[in-house]
Amino acid sequence: MSRLVVAIVCGLLFGAGLVLSDMVNPARVLAFLDVAGAWDPSLALVMVGALIPSSVAYLLRRRMDAPVAETAFAVPETRRIDRALVGGAILFGLGWGLVGLCPGPALAALVTGLWPALVFVAAMLAGMILFRVTLDRSA
Amino acid sequence: MLEPLNPLWSLGGGLLIGLSAAGYLLMNGRIAGISGLAAAALGLTKGSSRRLGLGFIAGLLGGSALAMAFVRRPEFEITTSVPLLIVGGLLVGFGTRWGSGCTSGHGVCGLARLSPRSLAATGIFMGVAALTVFITRHLMGGPG
Repeated sequence: MSRLVVAIVCGLLFGAGLVLSDMVNPARVLAFLDVAGAWDPSLALVMVGALIPSSVAYLLRRRMDAPVAETAFAVPETRRIDRALVGGAILFGLGWGLVGLCPGPALAALVTGLWPALVFVAAMLAGMILFRVTLDRSA
Repeated sequence: MLEPLNPLWSLGGGLLIGLSAAGYLLMNGRIAGISGLAAAALGLTKGSSRRLGLGFIAGLLGGSALAMAFVRRPEFEITTSVPLLIVGGLLVGFGTRWGSGCTSGHGVCGLARLSPRSLAATGIFMGVAALTVFITRHLMGGPG
């Protein structure tokens, strides 16, 4: 199967999962993050559900020389916890807590056609471009 | 007001997300991290294919549309003001690229493979997000 078909099918599953679990709803996500308020456990259950197949896959991977549709695995092996990782996680957490949207749900929420989703995604993509032209040393 | 959600929706939706991550790893050998795939789709990354990023994101939009049309019409409750939406979006976009991942790459995929970097990142962004919600909701009295 071509790698492009794999990407599209995996995208379909991911998008459907975000909608079924109501993770596209910022109120649902903020209710999980609001530990001192009317706490909603949904996000934790979504993580549990997601970790079951993904953990099995990462165990299976150890027995495989190469992925099915590609010549080699490209999984990062770095173990160093550096300033970029910590700084990035802090900024991301701040933005996530302010709005209740992280990248996957924000993109899936575009389908609602509601303008706050459009504004957020436009700003998010601008933030990615801003990183590329400032701190990104990979290219 | 937010209605409680039947946990089967959460677990079932989570399973689909996990299957996506599992399939992407075993078939294409890569991490299904949305911030990385979105950046690849924009042509902002060196190592990953723009075509695959575009394919994955197109699939995500399609899967979301199909699920909304046929299975579950989601609520989208948001009270954030426009300036905060923009600030939040910029922080999420910049932060996920600087920190090499978001809830999917570090959260789902990273925790599944017990990556120490992802464990640290997930703990930090979850903690900072919860603290941000605590400050805006309980100390400042609601989001601006």
